[in-house]
This record gives sequence, structure tokens and C-alpha cells, in this order.
Amino acid sequence: MTLKTQSIHETENLTTDVDNTEIISSTTPSPHLSYRYAFMLVLKRDLTIAMRHKDDIINPLLFFVIVITLFPLGIGPEAQTLSRIAPGIIWVAALLATLLSLDRLFKSDHLDGSLEQMLLSPHPVFILVLAKIFAHWLITGLPLILIAPLLAVLIHLDENSYSALMLTLLLGTPVLSLLGAIGVALTVGIKKGGVLLSLLVLPLYIPVLIFATSAIDTAALGLPYSGQLAIIAALFFGSLTLAPLAVGAALKVSTN
Amino acid sequence: MKTLSNNSTLPLLSAVKLTCIREERLLFDELSVEINAGDIVQVEGPNGSGKTSLLRILSGLSQPYDGQVQYNGQAIHRCREEFHQNLLYLGHLAGVKGEMSAEENLDFNLALHGNKTQQSLTYLTKVNLSGFEDSLASHLSAGQHRRIALARLYQSNAPIWILDEPFTAIDKQGVASLEKLFSAHAKRGGCVILTTHQDLISIKPEQVKKITLDYSYDSAFD
Repeated sequence: MTLKTQSIHETENLTTDVDNTEIISSTTPSPHLSYRYAFMLVLKRDLTIAMRHKDDIINPLLFFVIVITLFPLGIGPEAQTLSRIAPGIIWVAALLATLLSLDRLFKSDHLDGSLEQMLLSPHPVFILVLAKIFAHWLITGLPLILIAPLLAVLIHLDENSYSALMLTLLLGTPVLSLLGAIGVALTVGIKKGGVLLSLLVLPLYIPVLIFATSAIDTAALGLPYSGQLAIIAALFFGSLTLAPLAVGAALKVSTN
Repeated sequence: MKTLSNNSTLPLLSAVKLTCIREERLLFDELSVEINAGDIVQVEGPNGSGKTSLLRILSGLSQPYDGQVQYNGQAIHRCREEFHQNLLYLGHLAGVKGEMSAEENLDFNLALHGNKTQQSLTYLTKVNLSGFEDSLASHLSAGQHRRIALARLYQSNAPIWILDEPFTAIDKQGVASLEKLFSAHAKRGGCVILTTHQDLISIKPEQVKKITLDYSYDSAFD
């Protein structure tokens, strides 16, 4: 009755009631175990879910648009005042819009048990987490980048600053998703972790905010802003390589 | 992929002196269990006695307060990928996404664990979900969610099945076919570790090993 696993590789024809003809084998690697496959699998799933649950895409984008359009109404239409504060407005709005959308990154997966299944899959958690964060950026970060130049016109952003705005957003919003994911992973097991999440994540966002707005301001003066951009790029690559590890560890603690 | 140093005396999965403390209460202490290929193990105990905690520790989702779990004689955190490739764990949450159809859910769960997805329709038929493959899971019932999760069992090549309350929300016929599946799995050299409050009907009591958890006391095989 008790068959050892070794004998299973040798015996080829074990009879089974179910028509699963494959013999259990603990050593044969499956064909579907490449990193790329795992990444694409999770990415496709998260994007499918987002497309069917459009709130995920529309909410942060709408928030971003509303905040930015309200500023000219509140401050007044003087071009000079607006263009002075435009970089700050756009970046603060982008930061808060990302913060607003972070909660969904792992929450629903945690609630329905699919997070457990991901942690138990033979794929490295690093890859799965990276795919989820990339999907999150595609859903929230990318639409912000696409709409930002239109809104920048509304608040009279200096015309020299547009390329700086786009570049900082392109490098900076992935950092927001990556760092935010650490906070979400830490608070996912807590019932009301919303406030805690903001407290954890906002201090980490401050360097991105400072350097991004500084780059845009410098560009408005017609000076080179490659220094600030390099620092944001360093933040991006640093968080790209380290954040998924931290997220994986945090998720293991949260599901413990 | 390295071959397993699987000498035949090693059990498939073994728990060595596990101690679990939850909410400052000792759930079990120095629990040692060896689970061999071909075993069907039923974890018993009243609510809150630590059945789920034990299964989560065995699957590596939770850390024990003390002791370790070994797969083929190796601590599971040292051979995570290999162990997970040989493990199928179904918790009491089904892990089914409401936004995806039954088939998409099953496909994803199969692929995530490195299984083939070509025949997922056949497996959905086996769990009586034919005709529902394209309905979004949010339109299906709790029992049907459970069935989507359980459909993975039909395709699984993993020898170790750890199932937390697999019969919840499943009708009588479903329970009978699951039991048949479990004994077939044990026969072909797998092991099944499950918790359930019902007695297994078609599997004879002598085929089932039992771990009884009782919160004041040590637990052991009977």
C-alpha cells in the first residue's frame, strides 16, 4: 500500500480510478516553469481583472484630473502663480492618486485566497510580485503619464518643462508603485490598514517628489536637469531590484 | 533539477516536534508526524483546536513557534521550489477571482503551479461545472467556487495534497467522487492530508490515519 516516491518513477503503469494517466513524479520539472512564463501569466491575469473591473483604472485617473482642475478654480487664473506651482500640483496629485490605488494591489487577492496560492507556487515570489507591480503601474501610472501633459496646459506649466515632466513621471511613477507595494504587503493582513499604509508609504515618496519637482523647475529656467533625473533613475533601479524582495518577505509575514 | 536523495526510509513529509502558539494559547506542542506515500491523514479536533494552523504550517505558509517540517528529509524552507512543485494546498478560501470565468480561474491556477492547461474543460466537467465554464465566477455560488478550486486535483501531479475542509459547501455526490479521487491518489503513491468534520464514507477507517488535536494535550497518531 505505501509506495515510496522512488518506486513511483520506476513503476510506469500504476492503475488509477481517475483517468489521470500521468504518474506522480517528484523530480520531473514541468515545461511551464520559466520566469518569463510566470511573469506573463500573472501580468495577463491582473490586466484581465482590471479591464473587467474598470473602477481600478478610472478612479485614480479621475482623482488626478479632478485635483488638478480644481487648483485654477481655487487659486485664480493668473498664469504666473499657476505656472510657479504647476510642477508641485501635478506631482502631488500623481502621488496621491497612486496612494489611493495601492490598496487593491494585494488586498483582493488576500481576501479570496489567491495570494496564498501564489506564495505556494513553485515560481519565485520575486517574479510574481514584480508582475503584479508592473500590472499596477500599467493600470494606474501609465494613464497618469498620458493625461499629464493635457492637464499641464490647464495650469500653465512652463513650456520648457514638458519634457522634464514626462521624463520624471516616466521614471518616478514606477518608483511610487514599487515602494507602495512594500507598504501594502506589510498592511495587507490588517483589517483597517489604510491610515497605516499612508503613514508607511508617504515618507518613502518624499525623495521622488522633491527631485521630480526640482527637475521640472530647473527645466523651466532652461538649465540642465540631468542630475535630478539621474537620482530618480537611481531610485527606480534600486527599488526595481530590491522592492520585490521586500514585498515577498512582507507578504510571507502578512499571511503567516 | 537535482534528483532527490530519496532513500526509501524517508517519509514524504514529516513534522518534527512542531509547536504552535496562537493568541498566547498553546495549540499543540512537540507534534511529530511522519506522512508516507499512500497515506490518507485526517486531522481531527474541535473548532479552534489548530487544524488549519497545522495544515498551514505543513504547507509552509505559516511558521511554527518551534520545530520544523521536512520534505524528503529536508527542511521545507531549504527546498522551497521543489517542495512547492510537489505540493497542492487548498485552504478554506477558494482562491477564485470573481472577475474571471470558471475556466480562466482554473487555467490560471493550473499554470501558476506548473501544470498543463489544455484539458481544463474536461476537469470542469468532472466537478459538474460544464456549462458554467464561461460564466464569471462572481455569478457562481460558494460551492461552485470550491469546485473550481477542487478541479485542480484532477490534473495535479503533486504527490502531497493538503486540503483544508475540502468538503465544505460540496453536495453528497461531490463528496463521494472526491473520496474516490483521494483513494486513487493514495494508491498511485500520493498522500492526502485533510481536515473535515464529517466521517469519510467510502474510504475505510483502517486506511485513514488520524491526527487528533486537542488543545490542552499532546497529539499523536492513533
